[in-house]
Amino acid sequence: MAEHVTLVVNGQRREVDVEPRRLLVEVLREDFDLTGTHVACDTSQCGACTVHMDGQSVKSCTVLAVQADGATVTTIEGLAAGGELHPIQAAFWEKHGLQCGFCTPGMIMSAADLLARVPDPSDQQIRHAIHGNLCRCTGYHNIVAAIREAAVTMHTGSASDSGIVG
Amino acid sequence: MAIDALGASIKRREDPRFITGAGNYIDDIKLPSMVHMAILRSPYAHANIRSVDVTAARAMPGVIDVIVGADVPYNPLPMVWPAGGSAGLRNNVNSPRILATDSVKWTGEGVAAVVAETPAQAFDALAAIVVDYEPLPAVVDAEKAVAPGAPQLHENAPNNVVFEWSVGDSAGTEAAIEAAEVVVRQRLVNQRLIPNPMETRGDIGWYNPGTEEYTLWMSSQTPHIQRLLVGIFTMGIPEHKLRCIAPDVGGAFGTKIFCYADYALVLLASKRIGGRPVKWIEGRRENYQSTIHGRDHITYLEIAGKRDGEITGLRVKTLANLGGRLSTIGPGIPTTLYARVLSGCYKIPNVYAEVTGVYTNTTFVDAYRGAGRPEATYVIERAMDLFAREIGMDRAEIRRRNFIAPDAFPYDNPSGLGTASGGAKIYIDSGNYEPALDKALAMVGYDDLDARKVEARLRGKYLGLGLSTYLEVCGVAPSKWIGAVGEGWGAAMWESSNIRVHLTGKVVLTMGTSPQGQGHETTYSQVISHELGVPVDDVIVQHSDTQGTPFGYGSYGSRTSSVGSTAAIKAAGKIREKARRYAAHMLEAAPEDIEIDGANYSVRGSPDKVKTLQEIAFALDLAFDAPVGMEPYLDETAYYDPTNCTWPFGTHIAIVEIDEETGHVDLVRYVAVDDVGNKINPMIVDGQLHGGIAQGVGQALWEGAVYDDQGQLLSGSLLDYALPRAAWLPSFELDETVTPSPVNPIGVKGVGEAGAIASTAAVSNAVVDALGPLGVRHLDMPYTPQTVWRAIQTAKGGQA
Repeated sequence: MAEHVTLVVNGQRREVDVEPRRLLVEVLREDFDLTGTHVACDTSQCGACTVHMDGQSVKSCTVLAVQADGATVTTIEGLAAGGELHPIQAAFWEKHGLQCGFCTPGMIMSAADLLARVPDPSDQQIRHAIHGNLCRCTGYHNIVAAIREAAVTMHTGSASDSGIVG
Repeated sequence: MAIDALGASIKRREDPRFITGAGNYIDDIKLPSMVHMAILRSPYAHANIRSVDVTAARAMPGVIDVIVGADVPYNPLPMVWPAGGSAGLRNNVNSPRILATDSVKWTGEGVAAVVAETPAQAFDALAAIVVDYEPLPAVVDAEKAVAPGAPQLHENAPNNVVFEWSVGDSAGTEAAIEAAEVVVRQRLVNQRLIPNPMETRGDIGWYNPGTEEYTLWMSSQTPHIQRLLVGIFTMGIPEHKLRCIAPDVGGAFGTKIFCYADYALVLLASKRIGGRPVKWIEGRRENYQSTIHGRDHITYLEIAGKRDGEITGLRVKTLANLGGRLSTIGPGIPTTLYARVLSGCYKIPNVYAEVTGVYTNTTFVDAYRGAGRPEATYVIERAMDLFAREIGMDRAEIRRRNFIAPDAFPYDNPSGLGTASGGAKIYIDSGNYEPALDKALAMVGYDDLDARKVEARLRGKYLGLGLSTYLEVCGVAPSKWIGAVGEGWGAAMWESSNIRVHLTGKVVLTMGTSPQGQGHETTYSQVISHELGVPVDDVIVQHSDTQGTPFGYGSYGSRTSSVGSTAAIKAAGKIREKARRYAAHMLEAAPEDIEIDGANYSVRGSPDKVKTLQEIAFALDLAFDAPVGMEPYLDETAYYDPTNCTWPFGTHIAIVEIDEETGHVDLVRYVAVDDVGNKINPMIVDGQLHGGIAQGVGQALWEGAVYDDQGQLLSGSLLDYALPRAAWLPSFELDETVTPSPVNPIGVKGVGEAGAIASTAAVSNAVVDALGPLGVRHLDMPYTPQTVWRAIQTAKGGQA
């Protein structure tokens, strides 16, 4: 029996009928074709599916689609504003904060959540903030460097910092 | 032309799609009328199958087809690298099955497959399949598996032995050990690991009934090889009727080299259901059971030498756990890629190794990042520390004492990479080990170590420092060696490249190699930009599709930068020569009078008489005025088969602090000085090292695949298997020495595995060093708080 769900995704109102057992990540990927949000585990350990829901980062594999009814959701596809890379995206590129790219969308969304709360984090705060996001390629070294760089850029306001919606 | 791109840390060209969520991984692909497959896996590690009843499953909602072992026309998957040896050697081969028929050998072996309209319907139907198993006793430990009375897995493999293989001089090593002033012996366990690329495996099979052709999208490192292995070798699909495509691949670390059952299943299923595409995506827990594991050695080492520190002999006996059936190149890893490089960067005159491959009721084991070389490095680097401790010598000094001298190259190591039966030779061609050691020691302040240990004790910590002066063999080649019967995997090891310079001067480079996150689209562009004098942005790199790329052996073994790049450089050379001939025609000069500077082709002595590569391409592509005998277009293909492997080396140093109350190990510093030769993109090289180091540290401190005695995988999910997390690791301190490889024109060596090869031993040696004052001389990994706490308590004489 399908439930009707209405949500705002990346600024766009979306409606969908879903089976109650379906996860937010499944609806994002399969119904809305937002395949930038990835699935890399089945135990909520990896963080590859991290998105923002009503302004907070969530693992979209632990949210039922019906729980997101009425919510505002931002995915990696919605982070860049007006065709400009978000400073965190730019910093990941600049600092080689990714290799295979599979964990990257979730990692960036977690970083965005951190920097919205803690504008000038220490390395230790950065490492703890991405504790729920696994990366097997980078050893986290350049991810930490990228988030640190993004914090500086967002401070100095040299790039758009309005990309975090919701 | 702007600055030379070769050697520059330019930003990656792949990244814009990955940082915006626009990557195209296997699970992102949706095809019209596509359906979904799920695989039923054995809950038993060892059982006979009496019957499989799929009647109820067939009636489930959305189910289109159910496949069992009996439906598979030809069930065994190929195993292509038996353990060899020039004298010939018996391998008791049992290949993996596409679906099990009469028995299962590990938890997770596939028994049946369901094809349904949605993934959920396919999974739901799995639960309706009734399999009647007759459970059998299981064995998961290699040492127990070869013991008398152990459960037997295969009739053709008495005592569960796959092969008994040896290399080196048995008598000479025996004599060296007999005559030695000091002999140190130790049993080492190099525990089983689960590789864990963040993207699991997956594939889509499509049979086109109109053309009778197949297409296989696959998360793979080796689409060209798989076209052969899954195509003609398994499914009977002729090579020209199967197209294999690897889209963006979300990490691999070796696991995606191999031929897996699901490749065949999605192709078979698509044909059975009339040509609808069939997608299969592996779950993480499924990945832990159905994709290869790594390492899993039990080793007995003996190292012999003099009291002045000179090592005279090394003898090693290793049991290599290969799992329930043999993965594609499983037997080659603990033999050629392990035992032949056991002596590392040391001049040890007598080396002898015996390796026994063993079947157990566990997931098959094959190449995982480093593949044999991390295991070898762990053995020799632990051995050097054990010997130094025994004779009371400084650990850096004993390494220095035994390094192969810089003037001793080319050096033939006695465990015999040496000469293959066909006469082809592999030797260590270059190296200069002391500068890397010196640099790393200076970076960590080695001389102050004792004072820091004292200071740490005041804080309730045991501080330890570990050295790993590793040698790696990569850029694997030449074909005459690796293809020699009994030596390698019986395949060639060259690489290929095609370059087309199109009418507008844009360059399309197609490669036979296949990336999984290494940034090939960037690094190859840098190489071609350098070779042809065109901007990096004017080069596009195509790869990983058997339709449109020349045959290549794929990306693994840190071979792409050395073997693949050299193929591209050769193709660029052909382009330049044709462009030179046409420039000569355009400028009415002799070809030998044309000088090439970047993209400019000018007449010697008349720099104003010049044509750019773009002008030449334009004219030659239109071919209105091509001279007689010259073909239109700049389009050249080259193949490159190296004359030797490459030999990166370096010194890694780990510093740990161990909490005496809890046994918690904190990695406080990690220093790495690597010599990977010249670098195409230093930023990417550093990234490869960071990731490799983290994986090696993971093995030392946290990771381990654990089975219970019945063969149930206890570390069966990411909840139970400790993958390194950000807060557990420090940032790494990297430096370099540069000894260019003499094998290829740009002097690169490869770096994909170096970090993982070196780091496990460095951390292990650091932990043992920290516990050394308590009397601990060795401890098996991983160094979880429980393991370390017990070691501390035991050493103190308490009850652990």
